[in-house]
Amino acid sequence: MRKYIVKRLLLSVMILFCVTFIIYTLLRCLPASYVETTAMQLASAPGAKPYEEWLEQLNAAYGLDQEILPGYITWLGQALRGQFGDSWKYAMPVLDKFNEVIWLSFIMGAIALLLELIIAIPLGVIAATKQYSRTDYAITAGALVGISLPTFFFATILKLIFSVKLGWFDLYGLVGRDFALLDPVGQFLDMANHLVLPIATLVIVSVGSLMRYTRTNMLEVLNSDYIRTARAKGLSEKKVIYEHAFRNTLIPLVTIIGGSLPGLFSGALITETLFTIPGIGYTSFEAMRIGDIPFSMFYMSFLAILTLASNLISDILYAVVDPRVRIA
Amino acid sequence: MQEEKKVELKEQEPYSLNDDRRVKVLSPGAMVVKRFFRNRLAVLGMVMLIVMFIFSFIGGVVSPYGEDEQFYRYEDQMKEYVAAVKNEVFRYTAADGQKFDSVLQAKFQLAVEKKENSFDYKDVVYEMQQEGEDLYSISSDGVLLAIAAKDIVNTEGEELPFSIKHEALKAYANEQESFALNGKDYQLDEEGNIIDGENVIGYISRLVVSAAAPDVKVSRQFKEELEAIIDADKDEFVFVGEDGTEYEYKISYDATTKNWSVKQGKATYVYDSYSKPSKAHWLGTDKNGMDMLTRLMYGGRVSLIIGFIVVIIETVLGVIFGGLAGYFGKWVDQLIMRIVDIFYCIPSMPLIIILGAAMDAAKVDPSIRMFYLMLILGFLGWPAIARLVRGQILSLREQEFMAATEACGIRVSRRIFKHLIPNVIPQLIVTCTMSLGSTIIMEATLSFLGLGVKFPFASWGNIITDVNSAYVMTHYWFVWIPAGICLLIAVLGFNFVGDGLRDAFDPKMKR
Repeated sequence: MRKYIVKRLLLSVMILFCVTFIIYTLLRCLPASYVETTAMQLASAPGAKPYEEWLEQLNAAYGLDQEILPGYITWLGQALRGQFGDSWKYAMPVLDKFNEVIWLSFIMGAIALLLELIIAIPLGVIAATKQYSRTDYAITAGALVGISLPTFFFATILKLIFSVKLGWFDLYGLVGRDFALLDPVGQFLDMANHLVLPIATLVIVSVGSLMRYTRTNMLEVLNSDYIRTARAKGLSEKKVIYEHAFRNTLIPLVTIIGGSLPGLFSGALITETLFTIPGIGYTSFEAMRIGDIPFSMFYMSFLAILTLASNLISDILYAVVDPRVRIA
Repeated sequence: MQEEKKVELKEQEPYSLNDDRRVKVLSPGAMVVKRFFRNRLAVLGMVMLIVMFIFSFIGGVVSPYGEDEQFYRYEDQMKEYVAAVKNEVFRYTAADGQKFDSVLQAKFQLAVEKKENSFDYKDVVYEMQQEGEDLYSISSDGVLLAIAAKDIVNTEGEELPFSIKHEALKAYANEQESFALNGKDYQLDEEGNIIDGENVIGYISRLVVSAAAPDVKVSRQFKEELEAIIDADKDEFVFVGEDGTEYEYKISYDATTKNWSVKQGKATYVYDSYSKPSKAHWLGTDKNGMDMLTRLMYGGRVSLIIGFIVVIIETVLGVIFGGLAGYFGKWVDQLIMRIVDIFYCIPSMPLIIILGAAMDAAKVDPSIRMFYLMLILGFLGWPAIARLVRGQILSLREQEFMAATEACGIRVSRRIFKHLIPNVIPQLIVTCTMSLGSTIIMEATLSFLGLGVKFPFASWGNIITDVNSAYVMTHYWFVWIPAGICLLIAVLGFNFVGDGLRDAFDPKMKR
């Protein structure tokens, strides 16, 4: 087991190098990046230096005068020492900005995941036990509608109903207009109020796949021989389903939930942008739009690490949770 | 003969209970079809897809409008036309060859307020004589210098001589109907017209009308009409101009400046943007005055075509690489699967956003941009399919029929593409159908963020972009709700069908 983990870790590190190199190359090769735009602006000021001189100066300042490979090695060397440079858009160290915004995203993601679990697992189990019934059709259709809903459309409908027509929530932002005047409890409630719609969007849009996953796995378990045995020996249906079947369904569920834990840190790019919630998703969206290389590099490497971590966690959990799986 | 009879008899005979012919045997394909059509959701999805395809691909042909045909409408815009003010101060007219400058005007004003009959300035005495209400004549040493009046003589055509003005004002102030000058008779009518025999040579009025723009010429009739309207205290009237067109005017009175400002309603030719649903435009028009329904049809075409092309690219790449990896194993498998791992790790959404922003900055042509978008999406999507194909092939490879193909000496390429791949196809179809849905969502999301398909091309995503302005969101539902519903129906259709196919292909399924 330990050998397996070490092997996987080494492999992950290799993959990470490749991924960051590819991303770095892409970012450097893109035309008309932030530096060109800034140089253009600076050069158009009255009495300024010509565009080429500005470009050269800025490139040197931002470390872009190197070739791609040496540039990547420089970046890598600094990244390994935990220095990701200053964000161009936010004009502060990337890590500081990251620290500032990541927790909001994490809290949003954690609440959303919790709600998803509470909704998806019971409904998935019910759908599987009553396969092809009206309930099953309703749940399956509901799950598929959730999957098929484009985030931006659903978020807009929520805004129209709850913000505009009912006036319960604000359209944008994390804090209200008179946030500074409120006492700490009021401030907390204000933020919570602003997070209701984004979290609702996240839950509805992503609850479907977990529900279907539960249903599929539950169905598989219900069709297996040991369930038939359990029924044959005269156990009550309740006991069969909730003790024998459900516990076995938990194996793939725990695996996939464990795998989705690192994803809590990745932020919800689209949802945060739609609601202007200053989490990691929105922050990086803004940075990426103007071609802020240090921030984009950091965010994308971070996402790559999260993906690798979640793959690793789900593979390990798979072996840990299911005693039948043995990894040499 | 006997033989035939026997057969006939046998056919008429009812089947015995264990006769094979009692069991209707279906081919595997027919089984799949049967199972698929039993699934109500899948059939619903199929209907949704067919509707969307007809809507997008035939709709564009049937629709009387073009994809980016713009519509216009006349819009009434009120423009400042003239300003009118009732004269409340004395206006001075100097006699021929005389001067009546501002110092004298001020002195005169003071004298009037003090109700004196004369004033002096620089040792000269000026005498003023009231000749009627608000009409004075000023003279010194018996010479007439000027007249001061609140009524104004407007000339029609040639400038009137001072003497006529003077006499006319005198007559008007004293409410006479005629006056004589130099042996000629002039008539004055109720409206203040000065008539010389037949011709109207001028008119007297207190209203001063000045044009708001230099190109505006205010006609006599207009002024009279305006005066009448103001006296009647109305705030709206219609007037037929000299060119015969009817204009609408609105009058507003500003009490502090004592001004009437008159606005002319003028039809302006504008884009028919955000017009409500009507007979001509069933779903109204969008920001640029294009027919919404037609945009939706063409948008659907773009969204569906992009979805299909992306999925085709994904599938071709995925099947080739997955097939190679699965069949050859060893270092080929290792290499390809590591590449797949790397692709899996590249965060696709951020990457596409960055690429989109770069294309924005480079001002890539919208049609080329669409092409790039498909390539990027396809190129980022193949690893999932490669994994699926590889996994399937790994298990199929060990089965007996593959050993048989090897024993028969069939070529490797034929073994892979003729014997292995067809067995993967059921899984592949399911995955492709589902990923069509997710690709369409992805494209729509990008277009919504302004990073995907760009104007003038329509796509369901970029139609909804207008909703970014809260005003459009709340006031023009027809701009974004139909597009969202189209999107939802198409994606849902693909997901229902994909789900139904998955169940239908699964031999373990009960039904």
